[in-house]
Amino acid sequence: MTATVRGERDTVGLAPPGPGRPWHARLLGPAAFTAIAVLALVVAPLALEPFRLGLLAKYLCYAIVALGIGLAWGQGGMLTLGQGVFFGLGGYAMGMYLKLHDAGGHLPDFMVWSGVEKLPPLWVPFGNPVFAIAFAVAGPVLLALLLGTLVFRQRVRGAYFAILTQALAAATVILLVGQQGLTGGTNGLTNFFDLFGQDLAADETQRGLYLVVAAVLGLLYLVARQLVRSRFGRLLVAIRDGEDRVRFLGYDPATVKTVTFAVSAGMAGLAGALFVPVVGIISPALLGVVPSLELVVAVAVGGRFSLAGAVLGAVVMGYAKTSFSEQFADGWLYLQGALFILVMTLAPKGLLGLAARARDLLPSRRRA
Amino acid sequence: MRNSAWRIGAAVALLATGLAACGGQSSTSSSGGTAAGGDSGIKVGILHSLSGTMAISEVTVRDAELLAIEEINAAGGVLGKKLVPVVEDGASDWPTFAEKATKLIAQDKVATVFGGWTSASRKAMLPVFEKRKALLWYPVQYEGLESSPYIFYTGATTNQQIVPGLDYLKEKGKKKIFLVGSDYVFPRTANKIIKAYAAANGMQVLGEEYTPLGHTEYSTLVNKVVQAKPDAVFNTLNGDSNVAFFKQLKSAGVTAEAMPVMSVSVAEEEVKGIGVDNIAGHLVAWNYYQTTENPANTKFVEAFKAKYGADRVTSDPMEAGYNAVYLWAEAAKKAGSTDVEAVKKAAGGISLDRPEGKVTIDGENQHMYKTARIGVIEPDGQIKEVWNSGSPIKPDPYLKTYPWAGGLA
Repeated sequence: MTATVRGERDTVGLAPPGPGRPWHARLLGPAAFTAIAVLALVVAPLALEPFRLGLLAKYLCYAIVALGIGLAWGQGGMLTLGQGVFFGLGGYAMGMYLKLHDAGGHLPDFMVWSGVEKLPPLWVPFGNPVFAIAFAVAGPVLLALLLGTLVFRQRVRGAYFAILTQALAAATVILLVGQQGLTGGTNGLTNFFDLFGQDLAADETQRGLYLVVAAVLGLLYLVARQLVRSRFGRLLVAIRDGEDRVRFLGYDPATVKTVTFAVSAGMAGLAGALFVPVVGIISPALLGVVPSLELVVAVAVGGRFSLAGAVLGAVVMGYAKTSFSEQFADGWLYLQGALFILVMTLAPKGLLGLAARARDLLPSRRRA
Repeated sequence: MRNSAWRIGAAVALLATGLAACGGQSSTSSSGGTAAGGDSGIKVGILHSLSGTMAISEVTVRDAELLAIEEINAAGGVLGKKLVPVVEDGASDWPTFAEKATKLIAQDKVATVFGGWTSASRKAMLPVFEKRKALLWYPVQYEGLESSPYIFYTGATTNQQIVPGLDYLKEKGKKKIFLVGSDYVFPRTANKIIKAYAAANGMQVLGEEYTPLGHTEYSTLVNKVVQAKPDAVFNTLNGDSNVAFFKQLKSAGVTAEAMPVMSVSVAEEEVKGIGVDNIAGHLVAWNYYQTTENPANTKFVEAFKAKYGADRVTSDPMEAGYNAVYLWAEAAKKAGSTDVEAVKKAAGGISLDRPEGKVTIDGENQHMYKTARIGVIEPDGQIKEVWNSGSPIKPDPYLKTYPWAGGLA
């Protein structure tokens, strides 16, 4: 295989299982996945202090959103700068349930000090955990389907789509902040105590939540990977690289894009619902323009053309943020920015792209 | 694909090693921190926004708190040990405040934390401190209606700032007021209280307008205010918005004599940013001004300028942060320990002469007795006190002693 072919393959993302590869090469993928799964599910909970494990759980929540961005942007070419909106919908749905559960029939604390006297009708169904969790996924999916249908049918794409999603994020924040009695305003929803009878402050609960997040991320990764490798996935990549050509071939790009966008929104919603019990707060600051952009940056850093790159990017950037800000409380933002610029200039295809290039330089690998 | 998976495996393994290394590294760095303060150092956390939109205000409070720690250490420390500050950045982001608070408590095992500015950051930290039974000293005036057993509030609650501000306006015969505020919890809650006060005191609220934090376009709003012809404006805008608001007000020809603006979030530091020409003559309500006269303040202002430069000013939240360190140190000395429950128990009734005058901790709600002071902004950027409450006011965060506030909490 020549370097050119390899390069092209990287742009496309995931190659179909190629014949003529030695058996041990074919086993590497599943072996790596298993190794990471063992690392994440067994080693990390034992090796990390509860506080660090909680942070890792947070990064993994972001990784779930990033996985969706990798699907929509990396594979489908839809640069979505408003994933925070879907994340927030999921987060608020979960937060509303937790607040109502803790309040035990009374009004949630922030409504009391915001002068609300009766539980708003919008809140009533969220007292039911099944509804809240279902809404956390279905809400974003429906919103994305609606938005996608409106936008992609009109053949809005590229920068226009990006700006539209960003505007959505900005508008959502203003809406949430303005409705203090309904949403907690700038404060958002916080001060949760109990999840399904488990004390949220307890280390065991947090360890359990971490395992749930890690397992969900693993499962969604497998699902997304299958999706990308399917006919649908090939079509998605084809649309990214030449939408008009795909249309002339008789396919409907709008449907493929809308469905992909909805899947990525559903992932973000689920991530939001998991994030709330892990971190203990959901606020407009978590779903505005900046956090939405941060996640896209993370995906770019990890490598947007592969799903694993998206996941890796979210974990690396999350970890970098924590670690830089702990070591250099005064100037960490510069370091974070420098990391992004460095990766983008040295490795436009992200960390995984860099790894691929490094591997190409190894003579032993050339033979494969 | 297979190879890319292999790469990921390697990368994630590296990352996990990095994480584990960080765990180890930070524990060594924290033991290093202890060594820096001598084996017997006491670690205390300082958690303010050093980046983002709140940094401009919060950095000044951090500076004041570090000054207090330095002074206490120079005087021999607490219980024979030096204080070792561990500084973290809340980054103007409420979930980050919660994360860093957890880090300070769980990893650095600090004896107490001084931090926060916005109500949103305090609300985000509150569950962390309550669940981990750790102490937070919060240094900024706020909207009241809160009393956490693990927070000490060294800034004013509403009956020590907003209510005296309204009393002052009423005394001056200002019967019609207009409310202007940033759109978040402090202004909204404050205005709810103001409306209840107005209803009970024969005052009329002509309008209530909110703008998003960071908003800078005030021509429409100022037009509304001017058309409503209020006797005074009650201003709960925060941050940069004040600059645009006061400039617009001035260019609309509104003078401080005809329509004074009473601000509760504009102090010496903000006056510099707004430009004294735009705001001179207007009113503010606080518990401390740089010009407040007493020996403790002379010493504070001198020490602060010596450490940070002669062009720096001191303000109410800075003074409240500076006080917080001294009050905690005093409580720890009285308790003979830095144990949280012991300090809490010992804190009630502690009374110190501070730059703002006498400050006493109310053991029941962990707020302070503070003297309310109304000031007018002078052409030199300083604030001249025109009225004070005479003696420290007992803190009443839920306004239980005010009949008109019955329906609020």
